[in-house]
Amino acid sequence: MSEPAGITLNRIEKRFGPMAVLRDITLDIRPGEFLTLVGPSGCGKSTLLRIIAGLEAQSAGSIAIAGHPVDTLGPDRRDIAMVFQNYALYPHMTVAENIATPLRLRRLAGWQRWPLAGRFGRAHAIGNEIAREVAAAAGLLGIEALLDRKPGQLSGGQRQRVALGRALVRHPRVFLMDEPLSNLDAKLRVHMRAEIARLHRRLGATFVYVTHDQTEAMTMSDRIAVMLDGQVRQIDTPAAIYRDPADHEVAAFMAQPQLNSLPVTGAGAGAVEILGARLAVRGMVPAGAKASLAFRPEECLLLDASAPQGLGATVSHIERLGAEGYAHLAVDGLPELVVARLDAERIGRIERGQAVRFLPDPERALCFDERGRRLAAVERQAA
Amino acid sequence: MIRRLLPPLASLCAHAVLLIGALVMLAPFLWMALTSFKPPAEIFTGEFQLLPSRFTLHNYVEALSASPLLRFLLNGVLVCGGILLLQLAIAIPCGYALAKLDFRGREALFGLVLLALLIPVQVPALPLYLGLARLGLLDSYPALILPWAVSAFAIFLFRQVFRRFPDEIVDAARIDGFGEIAIAFRIALPSAWPAVAAFSIFSVVAHWNDLYWPMVVVTSTELMTPPLGIAYFREGGGVDGNVGALLAGGVIITAPLVVAFLFAQRRFVQGLAFTGIR
Amino acid sequence: MTTVLPLSPAAADAPAVAGLVRRRRAKAGAALAGPAAMLLLVLLILPSTLVILFSLTDYGFGAASWRFVALDNYAELFADPGVLRALGNTAVYIAVVVPGSVAIGLGAALLIEGRLVLRRFYRIAFFLPVTATLVALATAWEVLLHPGFGPANLLLSALGQPKLRFLADPDIAMFTLSGIGIWQLAGFNMVLFLSGLASIPRELYDAAAVDGATRGFDRFRLVTWPMLGPTTMFVVVVTAIRGLQAFDTVAVLTRGGPAKATEVLLYAIYVEGFRYFRIGYASALTVVFLALATALTLAQARLMDRKVHYQ
Repeated sequence: MSEPAGITLNRIEKRFGPMAVLRDITLDIRPGEFLTLVGPSGCGKSTLLRIIAGLEAQSAGSIAIAGHPVDTLGPDRRDIAMVFQNYALYPHMTVAENIATPLRLRRLAGWQRWPLAGRFGRAHAIGNEIAREVAAAAGLLGIEALLDRKPGQLSGGQRQRVALGRALVRHPRVFLMDEPLSNLDAKLRVHMRAEIARLHRRLGATFVYVTHDQTEAMTMSDRIAVMLDGQVRQIDTPAAIYRDPADHEVAAFMAQPQLNSLPVTGAGAGAVEILGARLAVRGMVPAGAKASLAFRPEECLLLDASAPQGLGATVSHIERLGAEGYAHLAVDGLPELVVARLDAERIGRIERGQAVRFLPDPERALCFDERGRRLAAVERQAA
Repeated sequence: MIRRLLPPLASLCAHAVLLIGALVMLAPFLWMALTSFKPPAEIFTGEFQLLPSRFTLHNYVEALSASPLLRFLLNGVLVCGGILLLQLAIAIPCGYALAKLDFRGREALFGLVLLALLIPVQVPALPLYLGLARLGLLDSYPALILPWAVSAFAIFLFRQVFRRFPDEIVDAARIDGFGEIAIAFRIALPSAWPAVAAFSIFSVVAHWNDLYWPMVVVTSTELMTPPLGIAYFREGGGVDGNVGALLAGGVIITAPLVVAFLFAQRRFVQGLAFTGIR
Repeated sequence: MTTVLPLSPAAADAPAVAGLVRRRRAKAGAALAGPAAMLLLVLLILPSTLVILFSLTDYGFGAASWRFVALDNYAELFADPGVLRALGNTAVYIAVVVPGSVAIGLGAALLIEGRLVLRRFYRIAFFLPVTATLVALATAWEVLLHPGFGPANLLLSALGQPKLRFLADPDIAMFTLSGIGIWQLAGFNMVLFLSGLASIPRELYDAAAVDGATRGFDRFRLVTWPMLGPTTMFVVVVTAIRGLQAFDTVAVLTRGGPAKATEVLLYAIYVEGFRYFRIGYASALTVVFLALATALTLAQARLMDRKVHYQ
């Protein structure tokens, strides 16, 4: 197995006419890591992936793979493999032929690839070699039985694996994946997530994965790069991004089903004020400054209507999901609903129209200033 | 995909090949147009002379006076227009009924349409001719127009178009109180306009250029359609081998379609792409 | 004026109302489709059936009487050297026009697809012959191919080649007409190929690029040609059917000559049926014509079924 390769992107920009799709992207992808580019549709992540692949040329900036600049190299010379959203399997070829294609194109000269020429001498030997490698790749993915079928006869999950097979048969040092799971149904997606993660561990290559689904990003990656509006807003481990999002938009993107956000005013160290109530927070908001207090549904503490702390609200809508549920609360004095996540037992005990009180978890709620930048946590004593 | 600007050499080669091809394609048109303006003496000289030494309308005058060219054009308009109107009037309702209404024999009718698509248009010619002769209708406008009144292809096309029209809108219209026939013409038809336009072009071009049927049924010059008129006068019927005049006549006959094409290329191409199934 | 719906909950009424609605729609359907159905039968199906029936007789227009002769007409036509000549000519025509116009159409489409400059001009130039009235252009072709003074021959002599009698030489006349046929149909095929090319998913080209197919020819073999399969099939058959229907250039330029060297099937039908009025015989020829056309169309349907690739 070849040495994993790191990828260095330096000040990459991409413009389509007057429109800038990627702005000043500098990224250092470590050898062998699983990095996910995540962001909403249109943020430029697919474009960035294609630029890394060499399928598009950047408008400015440079790329190096394993330390070598690759800006002038085509996609076939960068030692990368790519799995596409719609798999891009050659419909007229069998699975075996699909997987063999990258090897055939590289090892056989043009004339050797004609149907009859492959029987003679050198071409024949190479052909056998290729067949062995195809069989090995198929074995790795569990698709040996499908080698003689055509893509049209396969299910979505099977086509996925063939696409993976075609990618890994060359043992490239970099794997690029463009939303490969988005066309699969939910259960299959969960299964394939684990498979791809397992593949990564086994192959040890560098994986760059593009998706708009934060669950995939959170569960599969060593690091996540959150992209918004053509820029990388934050790159860190999933846990770190969850705990310490760099700004409001990143936090909002990484929250399910939504990020609750309350407009507050600073009230000195560790406290903010809203609607006459005083809430303890981790962040440092200057007194009198306007800020927003953001917290995820799982960070919303629901209290009895008679409790002294927190804010008052009425339960406007309840979604019961079996093991858990979401309560949508209409806050007295605020136009937007706050969503709280509750376990099955608690969800069972509340009703629509019930008056309650709620409190954002002071340890986990986040503060952002007026421009959406994260306000640092109040200093703690070093343990 | 990297839109790598192909090395300029390759691109130049491609353009060279395409230009030669375009030239070959346009050569007869250019030659016809340019030669039609040449004085008669210049048309058949020993050397190759592209441009006329002086532009003259002599050939056009002769063409127009020796043969009823304008009459031919008029006939073309009348015949093609008549055919198109009939085709639309018959095929559109049928297409709608096949697509949206359930009636006895619907499947059989569609089967009939499919069968009709397999039959080339020249097959029924003989019996139709005999029938028209029996009815004394030979050599008349009805003879030129009526046999084309039903176009299996049009029915097939409009059925396709109406199938794609949402059923919900039809149901909503029914609830609103529209009668079935009103729905067909006032609700569904307006949405089929692009198909109507494309088919119209296909039909007009096909029948404007048709030689076979007019040649079969028409003998008097007043009724000749453009292709037939030209064919007739080539045989020495009027211009007596005067090539210049023939070319001028050719320009006059070809011009309408060419001009229409230049103005509405996209629709044209769409319409004629239908010629796949005639 | 408002209509008050009778609130009748009786279930027995429901089928009756449904039946009424169904009948109303069926009536409308029949009314809308009726004229077309009738005309299809009268103008197409009936005559076609008559053609088949006539082919089994020796009916001649204006003859005093006629007899049922079963397959005699067919026996005669398959033994008639003139008919065999016509079938041969038609085969030559198709054999030249189909590969020629398909190849040129495909080549033009491939070249035009990647260009940004002059794209529109090329499309117009190549497609113009398709819209032209062939009969009118025939004279132009005649002049271009004139044995003595036509530019084509002038070009040949400039290149040191002997002049050719394009339309008068029995050995090459059919090829000349085929050449004109290619000229007329290439643009149409080009348009069909252009739309076929446009429907190839771009992702396949990306995958091919990553796999290592960088040269144009590799991409053509790996992606373009296989994906064009159905389109190519369609174009070939459509062109073949149009080749089968060749008539205009023959009727106007050579009238089947010299010495029947360019007589094609449809022209033979025309002459037998409308000049000599041998209805029975011409009908038999028409049936052969119909059989060939149907065979082509069915072959296409069968091949399309097998070769269409679904993603």
